[in-house]
Amino acid sequence: MIVKVSPSALWDGRWYEYVVRFVLGGAVTALTGVISSLFGASVGGLFLALPAIFCASATLIASHEKRRKQEAGLRGRRRGQQAAGLDAAGAALGSIGMLAFALTFWLLVERGAIIAFVAALAAWIGISVAAWWGWRHLRAAERLSTPRRREFAARELT
Amino acid sequence: MEYVARFLIGGLAVSAFALLGDMLRPKTFAGLFGAAPSVALATLGIALWRHGADYAAVQGGAMIWGALALLAYSIAVCHLLMRRRWNALPATIAALVVWLCVAFGLHFIAGGSA
Repeated sequence: MIVKVSPSALWDGRWYEYVVRFVLGGAVTALTGVISSLFGASVGGLFLALPAIFCASATLIASHEKRRKQEAGLRGRRRGQQAAGLDAAGAALGSIGMLAFALTFWLLVERGAIIAFVAALAAWIGISVAAWWGWRHLRAAERLSTPRRREFAARELT
Repeated sequence: MEYVARFLIGGLAVSAFALLGDMLRPKTFAGLFGAAPSVALATLGIALWRHGADYAAVQGGAMIWGALALLAYSIAVCHLLMRRRWNALPATIAALVVWLCVAFGLHFIAGGSA
């Protein structure tokens, strides 16, 4: 399956959902600053990968899918759980990219800020996409060799 | 004033990555943006500006343990949703215990540095 961009998906959200994410993102960034001041840069650095935003995002995805199914006359609870679960699987792959971001930044920051940020972002997107690509091929190969698994449904939610 | 700037920059960075993720399909690919380094970009940028490269390097080093904890957290959330059939909100909140244990566990094992 090819990656698709669907700007119309933005209309699925309610205005306050975007406000919640902005406030959560801002609050976590400010909190990281407070923790760094109180407990040092090392402890504060851990919180750069805090999944606080993920709680809001996964809940929004689940509620959007559930709402969509309910509009079609179905309960939609399971569909919501699966959609959020697929998002979590993607986040697991993305966290490998985040690990690459942190390593690259840590190694290069002494050489210059711009080079460190550019290389770290390139490492994040490159490793994330490579991990996703590899995972998809692994799953495709698995599906060919084993009977269809009920839980991790063969088709992606689109 | 610095914390207001942190709040605004962090909120904008997180919202930008989240909007990008909302528009992308399939959902597993969009999920990559759930682990985007949005808070890190804002915080490390401010750390470099305010405290210099040494301070930002310490934060970046500690972020390595945070990212490994995020991997464990995401796998735990996926398991709770797909296998245990929990709802999204309780699953994502309960799994924060996993993140805290792994992040601080690795931090202390490494002696507080990367």
